[in-house]
Amino acid sequence: MIELEGLVRRYGEREALSDVSLSLPAGGTLVVFGPNGAGKTTLLRVLSTLLRPHSGEVTVLDRRLPQDAWAVRGRVGLLGHEPLLYRELTARENLRFHARLHGVGEERVEELLAAVALSDRADEPLKTLSRGMVQRAAVARATLHDPELLLLDEPRANLDPAASELIEPLIGASARRTRVISSHDPSGGLSEADLVLGLRAGRPALLREADRVDPGEIAELYR
Amino acid sequence: MYGRGLRTLSIATVAVMTLALGLIFFYAPLEAEQGFLQKIFYLHVPLAIVSLCGFVAGGLMAIAHLRTRDPRWDMRSYVAIHMSLIFAVGTLITGSIWARGSWGHWWVWSEPTLVSFLIVFLLYATYQPLRFAIEDPERQARYASVFAIVAGAFVPLNFIAVRLSSEYLHPRVLGSTSNLPAKMALTFLVSVLAVALLYGTLCKYELTAKHTRAQLRALRRQLAGESAGTGRTMRRSASPRLALSADSSAPGSAGV
Amino acid sequence: MRRTVAALLRKELLVELRTLESVPGMSLFALTTFVVFHFALNQNSVSGDEAAGILWVTLLFAAMLGVNRLFVADADQGGFDAFLLAPVDRSAMLLAKALALLAYLLVLELVAVPAFALLLLGPSLGQALPDLLVVLALADLGVAVIGTLVAALAVRTRARDLLGPLLALPLLMPVVIGAARATSPLLGLVHAEHSPARWLLTLGLYDLVFGLIAYAVFDFLLED
Repeated sequence: MIELEGLVRRYGEREALSDVSLSLPAGGTLVVFGPNGAGKTTLLRVLSTLLRPHSGEVTVLDRRLPQDAWAVRGRVGLLGHEPLLYRELTARENLRFHARLHGVGEERVEELLAAVALSDRADEPLKTLSRGMVQRAAVARATLHDPELLLLDEPRANLDPAASELIEPLIGASARRTRVISSHDPSGGLSEADLVLGLRAGRPALLREADRVDPGEIAELYR
Repeated sequence: MYGRGLRTLSIATVAVMTLALGLIFFYAPLEAEQGFLQKIFYLHVPLAIVSLCGFVAGGLMAIAHLRTRDPRWDMRSYVAIHMSLIFAVGTLITGSIWARGSWGHWWVWSEPTLVSFLIVFLLYATYQPLRFAIEDPERQARYASVFAIVAGAFVPLNFIAVRLSSEYLHPRVLGSTSNLPAKMALTFLVSVLAVALLYGTLCKYELTAKHTRAQLRALRRQLAGESAGTGRTMRRSASPRLALSADSSAPGSAGV
Repeated sequence: MRRTVAALLRKELLVELRTLESVPGMSLFALTTFVVFHFALNQNSVSGDEAAGILWVTLLFAAMLGVNRLFVADADQGGFDAFLLAPVDRSAMLLAKALALLAYLLVLELVAVPAFALLLLGPSLGQALPDLLVVLALADLGVAVIGTLVAALAVRTRARDLLGPLLALPLLMPVVIGAARATSPLLGLVHAEHSPARWLLTLGLYDLVFGLIAYAVFDFLLED
């Protein structure tokens, strides 16, 4: 499902990701820990095809990147720090736009609006909604096209416990999708993970199955 | 690409330039109407030709950069364009001096070469500010290449449009380059060669200097060991900086 | 591809209708500029070369306002990422944005040209109108293509509002030349029937060449 071999991504002369190698089977969950600037977001963006790898081998959904990126797009859902939605448009208009881009029917838009409990506020411009609601709309956007691979960058930020519970069936373990999650929460993150990657300054400082990782080791990364 | 043949090229350049100067001052006949001042033509037109070719070459190198993603092409494109810009300023200055001398004005709108160059200069003068305004080095190189391609295609089109627009106004003030008597033609050709060689040598110097600096940086990085990545903050720069691995002269990967 | 362009264009026009950021500003700017010209030139009416010049300078500078705003919403609200993640042809964005800019220019001209005829133009437009429309159309295409290209180049840089016009104006010089020369006889005191064909050809050639180039390079501007 995801195979990385010596992935390198540079930013000028600095290596934002340096020699990252791992293997994640279909349906598995990889949780990435690390301090800010460690390269978590970069890794997610490379996997989503937004960034090209500079060297190393990257295989996502059985396709090599960057050559076959076109075949991977549309099967990946990215939930990043930005909601990727237009503030002047309503939730419904935004989702319909994404549906058209992905060739997905409009019924799906209504389905997801209901799933994130935004149906009654769906016709108000996003700029009038709270951060939590916008995040829910973003979750709807990311899962609208039923992606095989979910890339989540600190998904539960900005969400209260109720909202967090609400989106669980869409992006949680029960969804049975392959997932890569970046997290700052050692215990919570660990419980969801099958595989754990700890990044420090772009380098993999820790790579192990989740059940053999101790929360203390994760705290070490931030030291 | 770097350092080899630099000395030979420099010597050749100096030799041909000396020859050209000799021909200009002692061999080429004095032109009937304009007298001694006309000799500036042997500098102005070659500067124009070499500069225009340089801009187009910069565009072609930019195409190579986008296709191969090899940062060395971006470096070559940058040097070609930035050297051509200097030669373009030279064209404008020599053209202006010539216009002043033979027409009495520092600027004439009826001379299409001069006008085209003004427009081209205004365009390419934005190249470095554009680069400087983009911090991410890879994006900087990519956007600069897009600019170089568009601008490179623009140069001939612009020339045609300006030529067309001034055709009916006045005959060419500064004379045309066809129908030159043999002695003048020879002097002219040698002058073009001299300016072209000068351009090539200066470009090569700059490329060599950049490459050497890049190797120095790579060695320093290796000596310092892989630091935690933050370390020294990168200074913003409009010019491309190659990221080399210390043991080779090729960039770390073809993907950058 | 067509479906993608339609979806993008629909979104563009929807956002513009909601925010009204571009078109009213461009139109108002044109009207104000005509008044400025009146006082600056101290003329009650103009014709021929002067008229063509004033019209095209005004239209061009008003267009720059639209160019500056073209990609701002996308750059600031993550619109590029969303588009880049979709399984669509990336050139669709070039087409959609250029069409949107073209639409804004057409509305601008709907306001500015009659205003110009009213405020500053000496001779009447009447007979010259069909030809003027052709010139406007050809020039608009050029401005739309270059405007979109330059807007995409400038939007993710630090000096975005400054770089846009600085890049666009020299590149659009052939359009200025062609459009002004083609319009001048139409606005002359002695009416010419048609614009000289060479200028229409120049504009057409420019549109074609830069249209193709823009299509070829645009994708490279979208990547991260």
